[in-house]
Amino acid sequence: MLAQQLVNGIISGAIYALFALGFTLMFGVLRVINLTYGLYFSAGALIALLAVQRLSWPLYAAIPAAILASGTLALFLDHMLLAPLRRARAPELASLMVTLGATLVLYSLLASPLALGTEIRRFPPGVIGGAAIEFLSVRISLTQILILATTLAAVLALTGLMQNTRLGLAVRAIAENAAVAQLMGIDQARHLHFVSFLSGALAATAGILIGLNFNAIQPYMGETMMLKGFAVIILGGLGNIRGALIAGLFLGVLETLTAGYIASSLKDATGFVLLVLTLWWRPTGLFGRATEGRA
Amino acid sequence: MTMLDDFFWTYQGVIYALGINGLLGLSIYVVLSIGQLSLGQAAFMGIGAYTSALLTLKLALPFGLVLLAAMLVPALFALVVGGPTLRLSGVYLALATIGLGEVLRIFFLNAPLTGGALGLSGIPERGGFALIFGSLALALAGLVAIGRSSIGRAMDAMREDELAASTIGVDLPVYKLAALTVSAMLAGLAGALNAHVSSFIGPNDYGFDAAVTILSFALLGGIASPFGPVLGAALLTILPEALRPLHDFRLVVNGLVIVVAVLFMPRGLLAWRMPRIGARID
Repeated sequence: MLAQQLVNGIISGAIYALFALGFTLMFGVLRVINLTYGLYFSAGALIALLAVQRLSWPLYAAIPAAILASGTLALFLDHMLLAPLRRARAPELASLMVTLGATLVLYSLLASPLALGTEIRRFPPGVIGGAAIEFLSVRISLTQILILATTLAAVLALTGLMQNTRLGLAVRAIAENAAVAQLMGIDQARHLHFVSFLSGALAATAGILIGLNFNAIQPYMGETMMLKGFAVIILGGLGNIRGALIAGLFLGVLETLTAGYIASSLKDATGFVLLVLTLWWRPTGLFGRATEGRA
Repeated sequence: MTMLDDFFWTYQGVIYALGINGLLGLSIYVVLSIGQLSLGQAAFMGIGAYTSALLTLKLALPFGLVLLAAMLVPALFALVVGGPTLRLSGVYLALATIGLGEVLRIFFLNAPLTGGALGLSGIPERGGFALIFGSLALALAGLVAIGRSSIGRAMDAMREDELAASTIGVDLPVYKLAALTVSAMLAGLAGALNAHVSSFIGPNDYGFDAAVTILSFALLGGIASPFGPVLGAALLTILPEALRPLHDFRLVVNGLVIVVAVLFMPRGLLAWRMPRIGARID
């Protein structure tokens, strides 16, 4: 019983981590809490679902298409909403507020009866394999293994990209000091577009995987996920990739244990309690380092 | 006289909402005017509403005492949740207060005391027109007085550049804590007044959508003076009434207001600034 709960916790934790990865990357480089981020999570799952349902595409075609489309959406919204504010050197709260307004508009339009509505949609039967491995009474489905593998692969790939490539070096330079990076000849706009695309694609991947795992997809699923995302990126340290992985897994396990041993209604409050405790005790996150403001 | 009475009865709900939303606009103004962002105004309003309704329904306390409690309890929450973020950049307060709203919704939904999903109904009618608009006028006058004083100068300095303000002696944590507390008290008062004119409150009235609507009051009106958010609140209260056929898209309108305001008119509709006491015109 405990073993099964730990496994379930690790799986949902892996999804939180995968989701938080793009979120924390976006913040680390763009220095903006982008609230439209949850939308790419919903968009990924919805586009994959519609491609399978309406166009009868196979999953292996629908998934990359959905990831590309969501990444492009992220790039487009960044270009329309945040790029003008960056050029005007607006304060960080202006960026937060503009993404807040956009989130409200886009969700409401997406969930309006004219578009998709709020009902829960499911992949047609037979699309998702029900195969599972059983080991000492612990059951793990193939989808769950896929989730775990994708998260680990994404963390490794992203760390490798950031640490070992010229592209990663340029992105880190922008994150460190955008003005100096510009002086060194780094094309800021192009690299920021890349970061937006990559973040959107990561969110979409998480959305598709959670859609496959629970097979219940609706427009507002990204908004619920955002609350977990906040807790994970604060706990892991804003902008910290490895921190996001560890914090995501930690939150997933803690939530499952809370639901199993205390009360299932308290499950969704766990993340927030963690968030406040982190802010009290170690505001830069468990793995973050303090930065100093300079005039 | 009868015509005026008719008008009042027909539009009573809207008229009350004008005053209550004006108070909410002022509550977000207090936070924004020092350059912070709280998305917890709806949560503070909810805490005030539930506190006041429970005190009235279960203990039948006098209304004055109820209102006092409805302001103090949200202030306490503001200290616990916002307090730890005050040494940090503004995004932390925004995130912490978003979380607060969501957890309170879960609490209101699950706790037997707050009536669960059914909320609390049968709240006796107290207060009304004079009290609502009296409170609004008092809050407005208080904020104008503060804004014209040296405190107002310090708040302006903080909004423009926090670091620079601190180097010329503005005590940042004290100002932030005071602003957040006052704003929570105003929101709690609005919640209590609202609960006692609408007789019913439910767990979903104080969620994220409500928080964003309150923010859009201030962004539309602008935060150059406290009158801006009150104007913004009035417009965004009347607009949905005028555009009834578009009711499903009310949130779309609020969202667009925010996007347009931030991108194209960062000063809001009302850019008039209050003259300072002792200001010299050279």
